[in-house]
Amino acid sequence: MAILLERSFPVAAGAYTTAGEASTTIKRTLKQLGVNTEVLRHVSVACYEVELNLVIHSLGGTLTLLVDPEKVTLISKDVGPGIPDIEKAMTEGFSTANEEARTLGFGAGMGLPNMKRNATGFDIQSEMGVGTTITMTFALA
Amino acid sequence: MTVKELTELIGAKDMTPDAPKDAEVTCGYTCDLLSWVMAHGASGMAWVTVQTHMNVIAVASLMEMAAVIIPEGIEMEAPSLQKAQDEEINVLQSDKTAYEICALLAQAGLPGKKREA
Repeated sequence: MAILLERSFPVAAGAYTTAGEASTTIKRTLKQLGVNTEVLRHVSVACYEVELNLVIHSLGGTLTLLVDPEKVTLISKDVGPGIPDIEKAMTEGFSTANEEARTLGFGAGMGLPNMKRNATGFDIQSEMGVGTTITMTFALA
Repeated sequence: MTVKELTELIGAKDMTPDAPKDAEVTCGYTCDLLSWVMAHGASGMAWVTVQTHMNVIAVASLMEMAAVIIPEGIEMEAPSLQKAQDEEINVLQSDKTAYEICALLAQAGLPGKKREA
């Protein structure tokens, strides 16, 4: 499938004050492309959740946006530390967020389930000491 | 109900004069856990929260909310207000408690968020 657009955004670990900047830019970009409001909302929510996860849990990573005529794809790839038990991490209410994140009102254990709920396709791969890759697709039609 | 009408209804101070006052408010909500709001927020929502950091504006903007209402005279930090102005998100400050604000919204006929199946 022909890629219409590809953009990558680095996301730094622990960058709480700037969390959401990549998601806001992605939302703006998709809006300019004429993506409908409903799809835009799903992408925005899932994108912000995954960006927050990079800030809260990872050692840093990259968020990549791909657009083709049929779908929007978001790929979050980090450099570690990896998720020891993905099934547990996918459980609503389970969180390993630190005190700083919790003080800001995050860490309710809603992130991964909320991403899955908003995306058409959701895939998570993780290896301890290597990193985690989350791939989400959102159908445009 | 518009944001302008909402502001008058609860007697709030408008902290973001540049944000659109004719925006339609579709429902009311109160919650301070941002993770929870990310899962349950809706577009056009008037969201009451005591949280005042930048991420509040990011959530409100990404969910296309109509307004964020800060209760009990709590001050929102200047960088958050600036971000709200940039993102055209209304921030209202009220001396009332979250409970009193929600009671006024309900009395005026503003529904809660529609429960999704």
